[in-house]
Amino acid sequence: MTEVNETPNAASSGGDDAEPLLKLRGIDKHFGPVQALYGVNLDLFAGNVTGLCGDNGAGKSVLTRTIAGAHQPDHGQIYFEGRPVHIRSTRDASALGIETVYQDLALADNLDIVQNMFLGRERLRHGLLDEDSMELAAADTLKSLRVTTVRSIRQPVASLSGGQRQSVAVAKAVMWNSKLVLLDEPTAALGVVQTRQVLDLIKRLRDRGLAVMVISHNLNDVFEVADRIAVLYLGRMVADGPAAGFDRQSVVEYMTTGGANGRPSEAPGSVSVEG
Amino acid sequence: MDPDQETPATADPGQPPSETAHARRRQTEAEAVALVAAPDMSVADVPPELLAQSLGQYLRASWLRIRGGDSGVMPVLLAMVVVAVVFQIITPEHSFLRPSNLVYIFGLSTVYMVLAIAETIVLLIAEIDLSVGAVALIGGVIAFKLVQQPGAGWPWWAAIIAALVSCGVFGALQGTLSARLKIPSFIVTLGGFLLFSGILIVALGGADGSVNLNTSDSNQAVIYDLVQGTITPVASWILLVVAVGIFGTALWLRAASRRRQGLVAPPKSVTAVRIVLVALVGAAVVVVCNVNRGTSLKAVQGLPWVIPIVIVVAGIWTLVLERTRFGRYLYAIGGNPEAARRAGVSLAGMRTWAFALCAATAGLGGILLGSFFYGEYSTNTADPGQLVLYTVAAAVIGGVSLFGGRGKALHGVLGGLLIGGIAYGVSLLNLGSLSTPLQYILPGAVLLAAVLIDVLSRRGAGSVTRV
Repeated sequence: MTEVNETPNAASSGGDDAEPLLKLRGIDKHFGPVQALYGVNLDLFAGNVTGLCGDNGAGKSVLTRTIAGAHQPDHGQIYFEGRPVHIRSTRDASALGIETVYQDLALADNLDIVQNMFLGRERLRHGLLDEDSMELAAADTLKSLRVTTVRSIRQPVASLSGGQRQSVAVAKAVMWNSKLVLLDEPTAALGVVQTRQVLDLIKRLRDRGLAVMVISHNLNDVFEVADRIAVLYLGRMVADGPAAGFDRQSVVEYMTTGGANGRPSEAPGSVSVEG
Repeated sequence: MDPDQETPATADPGQPPSETAHARRRQTEAEAVALVAAPDMSVADVPPELLAQSLGQYLRASWLRIRGGDSGVMPVLLAMVVVAVVFQIITPEHSFLRPSNLVYIFGLSTVYMVLAIAETIVLLIAEIDLSVGAVALIGGVIAFKLVQQPGAGWPWWAAIIAALVSCGVFGALQGTLSARLKIPSFIVTLGGFLLFSGILIVALGGADGSVNLNTSDSNQAVIYDLVQGTITPVASWILLVVAVGIFGTALWLRAASRRRQGLVAPPKSVTAVRIVLVALVGAAVVVVCNVNRGTSLKAVQGLPWVIPIVIVVAGIWTLVLERTRFGRYLYAIGGNPEAARRAGVSLAGMRTWAFALCAATAGLGGILLGSFFYGEYSTNTADPGQLVLYTVAAAVIGGVSLFGGRGKALHGVLGGLLIGGIAYGVSLLNLGSLSTPLQYILPGAVLLAAVLIDVLSRRGAGSVTRV
């Protein structure tokens, strides 16, 4: 990993030559009198895992939901594959290839794995559900992600372990030619073995060339999978750069004080990361 | 993965699996979807039909699953046997299982079956419709009024369609109120129950009023015959052969097609046993119905029309619930409304449709009820309160969950038959003044037992969930 000092403003011309898949520029969002995001800039690259860190209330969820189309920014511009886009709904996001796995996973316990993976996008034949083709496609996706610990893809989701449920939710998200997957606290409720399953799965998504953003409190997990790290502090993006430019100490400092190395952030949204 | 930790689907977890079973299972999984058992997976998690490769394995796995708390239709089948045996013993002259009584029970039960199937639709999305009884009866009265001659004089099919559409509108109104204004369906439909019960009395022409069909009019006779009419014994057998043939072919071809595509399918022997069981049950029903239950002057024998009618209704709803998006979304809403919403399902729209289709289906039940009572609708035969109690009881006893997301049309059919059997059995007992209270007490007790089973099995399922 190259040691790159870059400001988010210059990120697109910075260390990574590639154009970012998703580019946020100056995103502002407020709810009533509460300003949740202040001029947030963020770049997400294909084939890259970005860890989004921040303390409670830092704006991680709002930022995620803005990308996912659940919130509209007050100001600022979102670029997807270089084009300015307006993501007005989760449907718009899906159409672009942006899928979100929320912390609650949004799986229906009484439906089986196939039914959950195709929920809302069922395949039809002669007006009836085409179960067989959906089952084959779901099995293919799970196999390609090497989610092999489920006994049958026709078992109800209620019977799965936490890690398996997370895996199904992720598989559901990547099934649709997605280009960007947002994962909200994917390991928060998991034990050690299951966390490992999910982290391996995230790496596999990256290897497939997807852009992945992982929102997590758990710095162990972030450092394990993230190629880039972005830190939000009270609605401002206080740090953003290659993961190699951070250590645990500096991330914690960014998360808790908005600055690092005993130095407060100079200007919100423009802090560079020291290698 | 450590093979010693694996728990084969079909063997007792306490015993080490045999080598052959092990190898066979491994091979099957490789063929199917190449999914390997997780070490922590327990036996009760996976429906047996997914993994069993022979009849023996299938039966053993089913038994393990039942022991694990997921009992399916077993409780209602057991209850039916108990009810049949007990009433056979305690009824005067042991008359409960006489063919004439059984056919009477079939006829009475079809009303509860259709209503229970209707109720299942709203129970699936974790709502309840307490107005089904009243709405169904109004539907019946509408159909009966429309074919009156002199009077509206509509053809029977137009009258039935008008009744079903009217009921659908009543249901849609209640569903809209509940879904858009976020009023609990319990309250909305409780109001609907009282409102429509009152309207019903008005429609019947006062507390002593009644609407009768004139069977000498061939148009009205069609509606009268829905329950009272029969087909000839020979036609009954032909119908059975055709029905079992269609069902068996569909089941067989479906399993074969899944095997061809490399998907998991039940073993051929299981499919065959299933078809034979259906054929046997059907044959038993035809045999019972073909016994002459009339008098020496006028023979009455053959399958009542209503049995094929109910099978068609149950078949259509099975297809809708299991093979259409609408059905899939009902289950999804019952399981996790938020997941359904994020998947792009319109919750308010689906709820409104569920109530509308529930009420429309119930309307058919109301028409059957009038036909069952020999084409006479009066405040004596039409008791919306008892009807809704029996309906909810039938659905829940049959295996439909009150908490949403679990239930099939078949459950309504089985529950309806059980409730019909209990209701008629009590009336056979010559208990005098005790008879009427027992017609409430017994189904009420059975309903409570069924709810208890529902809650306990739900708790059992919850313990399986590991988060």
